[in-house]
Amino acid sequence: MNERMTWETVIGLEIHAQLATRSKIFSSAPTAYGAAPNTQANLVDLGYPGVLPVLNGEAVRMAVKFGLAVGAHVAQRSVFARKNYFYPDLPKGYQISQYEQPIVAQGRLEIVLDDGARKTVGITRAHLEEDAGKSLHEDFHGQSGIDLNRAGTPLLEIVSEPDLRSAKEAVAYLKKVHTLVRYLEICDGNMQEGSFRCDANVSVRPAGAEQLGTRCEIKNLNSFRFIEKAINYEVARQIELIEGGGTVRQETRLYDPDKGETRALRSKEEANDYRYFPDPDLLPVVLDAAFIESVRTTLPELPDEKAARYTEKFGLSLYDAGVLTASRELGDYYEAVVARVPGHEKLAANWVMGELSAALNKDGVEVTHSRIDAQRLAGLLARIADATISGKLAKEVFEQMWLEGQDADAIIEAKGLRQITDASAIEKTIDEVMAANPQQLAEYRSGKDKLFGFFVGQVMKVTAGKANPAQVNDLLKRKLSG
Amino acid sequence: MTELHRLTLAELNEGLRARRFSSVELTRHFLARIERFNPGLNAFITVTGERALAAAQKADATLAAGEAQALTGLPLVHKDIFCTDGVLTTCASRMLSNFIAPYDATVVERLSQAGVVMLGKTNMDEFAMGSSNENSWYGPVRNPWDPKKVPGGSSGGSAAAVAARLAPAGTGTDTGGSIRQPAALTGITGFKPTYGRVSRYGMIAFASSLDQAGVLTRTVRDAAMLLAQMAGFDPRDSTSVDTPVPDYVGGLEQPLAGLKVGLLKEFFEKGLDEESGRLIREALRLYEKLGARLIEVSLPNLPLSVPTYYVVAPAECSSNLSRFDATRFGYRCENPQDLLDLYKRSRGEGFGDEVKRRIMTGTYVLSAGYYDAYYLRAQKVRRLITDDFARAFREVDVLMGPTSPTPAFDIGAKVDDPVTMYLNDIYTIGANLAGLPGVSLPCGQSGGLPVGLQIIGPHFAEAKLLNVAHWYQRETQWHEQVPRGYE
Repeated sequence: MNERMTWETVIGLEIHAQLATRSKIFSSAPTAYGAAPNTQANLVDLGYPGVLPVLNGEAVRMAVKFGLAVGAHVAQRSVFARKNYFYPDLPKGYQISQYEQPIVAQGRLEIVLDDGARKTVGITRAHLEEDAGKSLHEDFHGQSGIDLNRAGTPLLEIVSEPDLRSAKEAVAYLKKVHTLVRYLEICDGNMQEGSFRCDANVSVRPAGAEQLGTRCEIKNLNSFRFIEKAINYEVARQIELIEGGGTVRQETRLYDPDKGETRALRSKEEANDYRYFPDPDLLPVVLDAAFIESVRTTLPELPDEKAARYTEKFGLSLYDAGVLTASRELGDYYEAVVARVPGHEKLAANWVMGELSAALNKDGVEVTHSRIDAQRLAGLLARIADATISGKLAKEVFEQMWLEGQDADAIIEAKGLRQITDASAIEKTIDEVMAANPQQLAEYRSGKDKLFGFFVGQVMKVTAGKANPAQVNDLLKRKLSG
Repeated sequence: MTELHRLTLAELNEGLRARRFSSVELTRHFLARIERFNPGLNAFITVTGERALAAAQKADATLAAGEAQALTGLPLVHKDIFCTDGVLTTCASRMLSNFIAPYDATVVERLSQAGVVMLGKTNMDEFAMGSSNENSWYGPVRNPWDPKKVPGGSSGGSAAAVAARLAPAGTGTDTGGSIRQPAALTGITGFKPTYGRVSRYGMIAFASSLDQAGVLTRTVRDAAMLLAQMAGFDPRDSTSVDTPVPDYVGGLEQPLAGLKVGLLKEFFEKGLDEESGRLIREALRLYEKLGARLIEVSLPNLPLSVPTYYVVAPAECSSNLSRFDATRFGYRCENPQDLLDLYKRSRGEGFGDEVKRRIMTGTYVLSAGYYDAYYLRAQKVRRLITDDFARAFREVDVLMGPTSPTPAFDIGAKVDDPVTMYLNDIYTIGANLAGLPGVSLPCGQSGGLPVGLQIIGPHFAEAKLLNVAHWYQRETQWHEQVPRGYE
């Protein structure tokens, strides 16, 4: 390249969402995470001679739910195929996965970009498949162990169109899908446990070019942070390669979170020929329209719908609505608060997004296990709303509620935090403060307006912060000007 | 007592219920015959004598208590392709020569629940791949009619055991003729039900879309008795079909008047042994006498069934046999150097030549760039063959023809020529591709060796097929012929 040109990044994501079924996709073994190796695998999962897969209807229902939630075409007929390759954690020597006829096709999801603009991302397809087991390379003295607990766990692989143009967009989309699958209660979204993971197909092309560049598939992306870093690294690597006169090879690359880089795993030439063919042990999945409609009736209010309602009904900003609807549980909490302090939706939003979220984060607990439930928080907000306490003191009360689990009213009473709104009491305090600070008073009256704050501070100090700030302001202004 | 092996399953059932003999006596009698004759026949891989006697004792107690099930106390052998809990299950392969199955196949479970006593597990072609029972890690099975001849395959062990009266009945599997052809070659009755009629759970898979369990018996009545217990939906097999099981035994005597019998034109063309052809025509004349009308039908795509089969079956087998990777069960090579070495040597040493040939063929036809030309095209032809049958069954009730082009051939005659060996299944494969039920009945002898009449029916027409086949045995004695030395 002779002159420096601008490059466009093109990204498509393949998300693997582990479906929250109780048993596996083709066997009755449980799917619970974290059990001792090979204790949650039955003969079907172990690929024993003679055993046969039987499809878990719950996994199908969940896939349909997802399809409907992204406005996709839900196929009335889908087919399981075998993807053949040898690996120790793949007991049958093939993975059962939908190939040519997936259950969900042509969906879309809207994301909000940093500048507030909205963008629609296409979902090419979503298909059902079984997970493989795990190879354990430690503690086996140079040998490898196999844990087949995860083998046969149902996955929904959600494949996006190459519509994403930056790592940030990719993360926004991923978060959106993450939110959605949890709303639908089809996936717990736990990225550490691998319940929600993603591969990224990344390529670059000269800005304005129509043809896509050669892509690399990055695997092993199991946190939002890693995904952004990995994509940015990969984009930089590809641009540097091309600008240095090289070409990008189509290959699979692994992200190393310790080194913050991607490295080649296998090239296209080394890729397996998976010899897909329809699995003769399983019949095509045939869904009638009535079934699909019955699933539709189980759809909850989706994040976008909820956010729209918050902006329209509660007057929240798009940003606030987005934050509060990021999880179904947070939205439920917020609405439970709002129901008890009607008319103070913005106040409730600020507290849920601010103090409450900070406290939850600090303690690492989910909103469903919050130490202050919605009713108690509403109790505190009611005292702010009726001017019993100031917002500043309310934070102290909140802290104590969080630590000791008391109601706001009990704390306000016990600590005598009730706001002073009696004008004569405030005036009396102001008089005392003015008398105690003659020099400052003289300076103020000779034009040093800045000292107003000094007097506010003194009044609040004397009243231990309990004086109503608005009243203090009014009364001070009047008295100071003499 | 010395006569017990001459009785059919139905007669033995009656005798047990009338307390003319006990299940223990019966079991001892057959175990003694196995001990005496099996060394010459090699029909068994495992004889489960102790277990059988224990089961027989229990059966006698059940009979004494008046709580007998349909088949209580009747001895039977299982093809070694069916998993049997706690018993060696080898599929006649070195790969599984150390495999003790941890569960019962549905077929085994249902027959056990009906009260049968398993005498042992029978020899077969490795993983059911073969038509002569020469492809066994445990050595070839010999035909009781002539020890130089093959018994047919792949269910050759069950066929030889029943023909030699070492057991009154045996289970088998039929992927391309593996029940019907050995039944024909050993002069017994072999019944393959509709695909989906009997559960495949616990039956070690060869070609999943073609495999079907069935029985090898002396008579059609015996087959009906066993099928009545084996058939029916199994929630563990998605391809098993949930339709009611009719009263197979009760329907045997239905009159045949007005029966429309289709003569498969393609079955009487070149390649058929002359004497066999004559015997089949004679059998057809008998049906005419019984009131049937013979109608010649043509299945134009049927000649494509062998090549179609040898694409579809190996494709499925190449994938089905991938699970034998020496990591969880089965044969493992000595001192593997690394993972690839473990795979290569364990599979290289564990599988026999024919199995490897089919895995390679199957891998090839599913490969990128060849899939459309082979696998997909074969599936299309399979559809055409199925349509041919469906068209024929709009005109006729059953189709009749030979089971095998020739009687039993010499051991070793075709082992080096797989294509000639494959052509041995030319008359049986069509029913598998179309998923149809079929039966083979002994209908005479050519050069001192049994010849089989094949009858094929529409999907789930087992009752009709058994009814039609039973009439032949009412009118003839071919099924009563016993190979010399085994009387």
